Amino acid sequence: MITFDKTTKTYEGNVTAVKGVDFTVEKGEIVVLLGPSGCGKTTLLRMVNRLESISDGKITIDGQDSMSLNQTALRRKIGYVIQSNGLFPNMTIEENTMIVPDLLGWSKKDKKERFQKLMEMIGLSGEKFGKRYPHELSGGQQQRIGVIRALAADPPVMLMDEPFGALDPIIREKIQDEFLQIQKEVKKTILFVSHDIDEAIKMADKIVLLRGGELMQYDTPSEMLVRPKNEFVREFFGKDRAIKSLSLHTIQDLQEMIGLAEFDDAIADTKTINVNHDLRNTLSMLLNQEADQVIVSDDDGNKLGAITIDIVQKYLHYEIKAKPAPVLEGV
Amino acid sequence: MEKWMKFLEVNSSRIFDLTIEHAILVGLAILVALLIGVPLGIYLTTNDYLAETVLQIASVMLTIPSIALFGVMIPVFSIVNQGIGFVPAFVALVLYAQLPIIRNTYTAIRNVNPQMRDAAIGLGMKPIQRLFRVEIPNAFPVIMAGIRTAVVINIGIGVIAAYIGAGGLGVLITQGISRGDNYLIITGSVAVAILAMIADGILLWIQKRFTPKSIAN
Repeated sequence: MITFDKTTKTYEGNVTAVKGVDFTVEKGEIVVLLGPSGCGKTTLLRMVNRLESISDGKITIDGQDSMSLNQTALRRKIGYVIQSNGLFPNMTIEENTMIVPDLLGWSKKDKKERFQKLMEMIGLSGEKFGKRYPHELSGGQQQRIGVIRALAADPPVMLMDEPFGALDPIIREKIQDEFLQIQKEVKKTILFVSHDIDEAIKMADKIVLLRGGELMQYDTPSEMLVRPKNEFVREFFGKDRAIKSLSLHTIQDLQEMIGLAEFDDAIADTKTINVNHDLRNTLSMLLNQEADQVIVSDDDGNKLGAITIDIVQKYLHYEIKAKPAPVLEGV
Repeated sequence: MEKWMKFLEVNSSRIFDLTIEHAILVGLAILVALLIGVPLGIYLTTNDYLAETVLQIASVMLTIPSIALFGVMIPVFSIVNQGIGFVPAFVALVLYAQLPIIRNTYTAIRNVNPQMRDAAIGLGMKPIQRLFRVEIPNAFPVIMAGIRTAVVINIGIGVIAAYIGAGGLGVLITQGISRGDNYLIITGSVAVAILAMIADGILLWIQKRFTPKSIAN
């Protein structure tokens, strides 16, 4: 758990980068810091492991004031991933991955075992890649190594500074999925900086939207899309925020709420889509297909029904937009 | 040609001794210059103001004509009765070697990719761990290039040291000039050139051997 308590960052010359930000990252959650460039999101992230000093207020990690800890010890307890992966070219993949365990004085045997386990997690062969150097790996592989390096000493908290920002869209999406899968297993408390709205919606349990160092809204992605607190939030997510919110729902959700249409066997050449697909992709597919319907199938290939643009629209209206507002505490 | 052979035969042991003397003078000067220059270059990366000053002083040092610097050394070291010979020549060579070594070390460490440095700090490396595990290995080729420059400069300037009685291959050349003996002059010059090439070759081998593979590309 990371708690920000009126956390403030002022640079010399009275430039305030972060203004009294208050929020809590719950244990095992991914919170994405989102906002336009210069909004203070990276500064805020770097204040957690004290790469930036805290001017005022405080940050507590699992109830412990971050300033009460030794700087180096604090950093070794926090996983850190940066955009350009920051792998050291003079070290092999194994050495790179095992830096923090090495600094912490783990035994050779423990390090070896841990390395194999981490490599398994990202589906790379430890034997094959361990002795290679970073430049011998592809960008996507390097970034995966960057991620497991941060996980190496099993820190409870991870900081990720636009970790997938430098990757091409196809690889990025794949690594995002992979990472979410890993997160299901490891359940780290993660603070994640992104400037990409789609990435934020996909990765976040909650989003912190910042502007000029001030917290605009702290909410789940769907709440933020459906009930933006102010004009800035509304504009930031854009006119297509309704469509964006569709990526938070799967066909399965739709099926459970309003059911699918009967499918028409007579129409030849109809595409099939898995029931676990999100609705945004489904909608794109419907639009690109120029067909009236797409057949929905489950994991075993059984046809469950058909989905049309009309049904998606109906779901959007009734299940997303018109969902009753949650009761506000203390009101 | 026959005369040449004869000359070399007669003088071979003397040429060899002078070459060794030259190599020892330059080698010791470089060693001491390294012990001063590399730590100083690393320290300067933490102090911008001082860096400017030190690098300028070192540059100025390199512009002083070598014969003048050797000349200046004589009265200075006469105070401790070492006016001519090994000591003044050694000190002058140490000074000449400073600029390439300090400047390359400073530049190399400063130019280590800031994101790499950021990662090192963020992962919890102490400054000294960062220096030895990340910064120096990645700066190594550029630091070595500075050392190689210093060695070649010093082997060349070391010739002038003969004028203040420090020996070395310069002896052949100065004698050749005063006697009008071309054999001596050419032999001395060629020996200096060969010594420089051998030294540079050895250092290049060390540089390649110890540069991490992935930086070399």
